[in-house]
Amino acid sequence: MFDFLQGYDVLGAFWMTVKLTALSAVGSLVWGTLLAAMRVSPVPLMRGFGTAYVNIVRNIPLTVIIVFSSLGLADIFGMTLGASDDFKAQGFRLAVLGLVAYTAAFVCEALRSGINTVPLGQAEAARAIGLSFSQTLRLIVLPQAFRSVIGPLANVLIALTKNTTVAAAIGVAEAAYLMKGMIEKEAQTLAIGAVFALGFVVLTLPTGLILGWLSKRLAVKR
Amino acid sequence: MTSVLYDAPGPRAKRRNVLFSVVFLVLLALVLWWVWQKMDDKDQLKWSLWEPFTTSEAWTTYLLPGLRNTLKAAALSMVIALPLGAFFGISRMSDHRWVRVPASVVVEFFRSIPVLLLMLFANEVYARSGNVSSEDRPLYAVVTGLVLYNASVLAEIVRAGILSLPKGQTEAAYAVGLRKGQTMTSILLPQAVTAMLPAIVSQLVVIVKDTALGGVMIGYTELLNTRSTLAANYANVIQSFVVVGIIYIILNFLLTSFASWLERRLRRSKRSTGAVVGVGAVDELNAAEVGGSYGAGAGGTI
Repeated sequence: MFDFLQGYDVLGAFWMTVKLTALSAVGSLVWGTLLAAMRVSPVPLMRGFGTAYVNIVRNIPLTVIIVFSSLGLADIFGMTLGASDDFKAQGFRLAVLGLVAYTAAFVCEALRSGINTVPLGQAEAARAIGLSFSQTLRLIVLPQAFRSVIGPLANVLIALTKNTTVAAAIGVAEAAYLMKGMIEKEAQTLAIGAVFALGFVVLTLPTGLILGWLSKRLAVKR
Repeated sequence: MTSVLYDAPGPRAKRRNVLFSVVFLVLLALVLWWVWQKMDDKDQLKWSLWEPFTTSEAWTTYLLPGLRNTLKAAALSMVIALPLGAFFGISRMSDHRWVRVPASVVVEFFRSIPVLLLMLFANEVYARSGNVSSEDRPLYAVVTGLVLYNASVLAEIVRAGILSLPKGQTEAAYAVGLRKGQTMTSILLPQAVTAMLPAIVSQLVVIVKDTALGGVMIGYTELLNTRSTLAANYANVIQSFVVVGIIYIILNFLLTSFASWLERRLRRSKRSTGAVVGVGAVDELNAAEVGGSYGAGAGGTI
């Protein structure tokens, strides 16, 4: 029944999806945290930059960003991210770049909403008992903020997993790219669709379950 | 001060903020200068590359028809997905297990699959069935993919809308003798729809953005697709991306602003119950899962 899978590297394609997801997740967590720090900082200029970045990037389709990174950055500006002769590696790195740039905006918003869940009175109380700014941040605000953003960040991670399929638009050989090739050549459209759908359910479901359980467990009850 | 993170600045903090501002400004200027230099190096700042966008030809031949197709696919998907989403959302809250479980499975399944896979799959199915002309096929495939995905996201929004209503509404409806169906159709749904409006409008942004996938992967002639025809004609890749990007930003920014304006207005309104399903509602719903599902958040709003 699953003869059509022979000759295709389905697991390899999903491994590519996982690699794209993992690298982009780490990258967007770092860049998103920086953006969130800017958005809540006391310096108006940084706040303005953070707000502008988030509002601009959030409203551009990811497809546009990724296709631009290939046609614009690589072809015109020659930005190959250290893989000028290896076309495959170049596509992969550009896709990660695009995914990081896009996902960071959502990570930033999730983190910022976490900081906003901490009631103002807690900081006031912390100051009243004589804690310094860094103590307030370290002991009072951030622990609560981090615990309340696990749920939203899990959603961002799941969306990122699904969004990696957009990399197929610039020829990165991940799951959607392989599926496109397979359903054009093979007769069993439904079976192929089912295999790839199942693959994504397998990738996203445990993430949602584990992080969902964790966010419920760690949530600060108010 | 309105932030938990910092106090009203004293003289030292003020000086430090000014210092940070200056450093940040310098860094930002350096980056912008570098981008400008790079553009100049590659001759991307020549007026001849930007000029086409000041003529009506570029707009009437490429951009506006593309934008029209983008909006057409988005509007069609929304109109079809909304009743479907309402149906599945309400089914998911049914008291009957045999209605609730299948509806939950359908919703969670389509929410956890990338839209692109749904579009590719639909495209191939239409190609094989032969009932759809090859001209209409990309539009059909894009709309099918978007409907399947967004109906399941909207189902969650509808559920969040109904759950956001105060419990007393249902209790009062039962108390005056309404049946379950009547309570849903004449008490809960009308209020839920009002409460949901901001979330529904903001979901439109997601739909508009996802139409771009149809342009690259299955040849639907929407904005991003017509951009490449335009760039092939005028040889202005970067410039066309900038213009198309700006069109998307303006369009989606208007939708986002409209959604949050609606949210503020509904929150103020005295006639409502005060229940409003805001822009990030679907995410929040998963944190407070109601049961009958496995509660995997599917990142509906990205």
